[in-house]
Amino acid sequence: MLLEELSNLDGASGDEGEVREYLTHKISKFVDNIETDPIGNLICFKRGKKKRPTVVIAAHMDEVAFMITSIKKDGTFRFAKVGGIDTRVTLSKTLRIGRKKIKGVVGVKPIHLQTEETKDTIPKFKEFYIDVGATSDKDIKDIQIGDYAYFDTLYEKFNKNIVKGKAFDDRVGCSLIVDILKEQFDYPLYAVFTTQEEIGLRGAIVIGNRIKADYAIILEGTGAGDFPRKDDLPKSPYLNKGPTLTIKDRSMIADRKLLDGIIKIAKREGIPYQFKQPSIGGTDAGRIQISQGGVRCAVIAVPARYIHSPVSLMSIKDYKNTLKLTLSVLKNLTKAGIK
Amino acid sequence: MKKLIKKLTETFGPSGYENQIRNIIKKEIRGYVDSLKVDRLGNLIAHIKSKGKKVMLAAHMDEIGIVTSYIDKNGFIRFSNVGGFFPIHSLTARIMFENGRVGVIGEEQRNSMKDPLEISKMYIDIGARNKKEAEKIIPVGTFGCYERKFEDLGKRIIAKSLDDRIGCTVLIEVAKLVRKKVAADTYFVFTVQEEIGLKGAKTSAFGINPDIALSIDVTGTGDTPKARKMAIKLGNGAAIKIKDRGMISNPSVVNSLIKTAKKNNIPYQLEVLEMGTTDATAIQLTMEGVPSGAVSIPSRYIHSSSEMVDIDDVNAAIRLISKFLKTSL
Repeated sequence: MLLEELSNLDGASGDEGEVREYLTHKISKFVDNIETDPIGNLICFKRGKKKRPTVVIAAHMDEVAFMITSIKKDGTFRFAKVGGIDTRVTLSKTLRIGRKKIKGVVGVKPIHLQTEETKDTIPKFKEFYIDVGATSDKDIKDIQIGDYAYFDTLYEKFNKNIVKGKAFDDRVGCSLIVDILKEQFDYPLYAVFTTQEEIGLRGAIVIGNRIKADYAIILEGTGAGDFPRKDDLPKSPYLNKGPTLTIKDRSMIADRKLLDGIIKIAKREGIPYQFKQPSIGGTDAGRIQISQGGVRCAVIAVPARYIHSPVSLMSIKDYKNTLKLTLSVLKNLTKAGIK
Repeated sequence: MKKLIKKLTETFGPSGYENQIRNIIKKEIRGYVDSLKVDRLGNLIAHIKSKGKKVMLAAHMDEIGIVTSYIDKNGFIRFSNVGGFFPIHSLTARIMFENGRVGVIGEEQRNSMKDPLEISKMYIDIGARNKKEAEKIIPVGTFGCYERKFEDLGKRIIAKSLDDRIGCTVLIEVAKLVRKKVAADTYFVFTVQEEIGLKGAKTSAFGINPDIALSIDVTGTGDTPKARKMAIKLGNGAAIKIKDRGMISNPSVVNSLIKTAKKNNIPYQLEVLEMGTTDATAIQLTMEGVPSGAVSIPSRYIHSSSEMVDIDDVNAAIRLISKFLKTSL
């Protein structure tokens, strides 16, 4: 399955090659032109019968991961985060490192060697190290400073509906776009897979400069908020409650007409939808919206629990509903009162 | 002019939802410019054609506000800030929504009055008796802003959203004053979404690609009890910006503003603002760069529901910009 393969691929910011290659292979027969720009964005173009509107659909290829920063004499590695990762989820995880995907673990002293004071505390991230089982730096082959290290997670089905994996943010968006490209549209459509979103929406800046679009719809994997809590306070988005629409986040206020159009279509077609909590996170839309003379932007996302960690949970039902809604929106973009 | 300020400041218009403000300005300025258009992000662009250099004047239509995020079972509405909406100014303030509904901001019981105020512990009470009733009137995702009456104190006025409806007023009055007789090819741009990151300025400047740009916005003052040191006083004239947190004004733009002020006996003061910035910051970096500056209106209590400016400063800014447009640059 597409999502499974995409989730298992490794592609941190600046290291999206594997993902780009896979996507190129999957979509080449559905598009008229494919190109990789200098920063690494994969730009695909699908002609339409009409000249306008020019529409962009975008998802980012990169995921959060780590980078080797130094090799110590004892054969362990210091490393840095690439993108936002909670320090606490890093401890004791298996990582795969470099081109050869060499396995290592983020080491923690066993409880026997901890003191009363240290056993319930979390060391500082700068004290963390990766251990590949070496005893000296002379044992290290095939790992260099600058190599990326990824959570060694494999995609898995928990049950018929719930899947586990890494990098659903935003391989789920990449997967949606591949599914979308199988359809035909009557206007020019750019499908864009961006780079370096996780470290500051950087690929999207170049896309904005390059493509003069009328509309852009950004497809995302977004963090679910439905954690156990007792008080009557916001928990959305929920797993299984459908595609998540953005009203406002840290990077933009969604175009109201486009958002209202999407809501109208969802209601008409009986597709469930929910809102992301305002003022949290940001997406490529924030850059594309203010590119050139301005672009009408919206974000449609699949919620996933525990994003930016080694294990996220996502619902296939949400995926299907998000695909259905996005396709409906794209098919009705010039009708449905959006314009 | 006070009538116009009253109308502009009492109207609803947080970032992204500037429609009502745009309509008022359209009506006011239509007879005094050659053309009017609205760009894709919602910026209102009024143009007076001339053979001179392209000058872009920008004032933002949007104000700070809130967006509703969640309704609990009793109908209390949680919210998030839109721009620099400060908790310290907002407790028990009234919030209005586009549909005319008004609510009051309440707060969870605090353990100690010394605890910090946090938006996450506040809510809006629109007088709904339960979730169902609240949802019908103000669904999640509704934008709101302060509700507050304009007060005329003679020389000085108090109102919400003088940041930056006073800038909008200045531009409208400049258009009225110059009667299409300008040396510069003049674009009056009323921008959107300034408060959340200078968004409208960025796209409108891209469309116009001006030779020179000025933003017209409010600036802080240092003239209140134990205020942060700042050489700006209410009533001492239009403020010519030298530097703020986001931009260093182009020296030749600054010099020609100073020269214009001196020549025409317009009171002015020089502004160095340590906090905050304006649309000019985004405009300055358009394409290959735009020499930019700003004329500011000194204002007390910025980003509260009761901002204060002095009408003499407003008039000085109007005269300064009008004369600036009439000099060949």
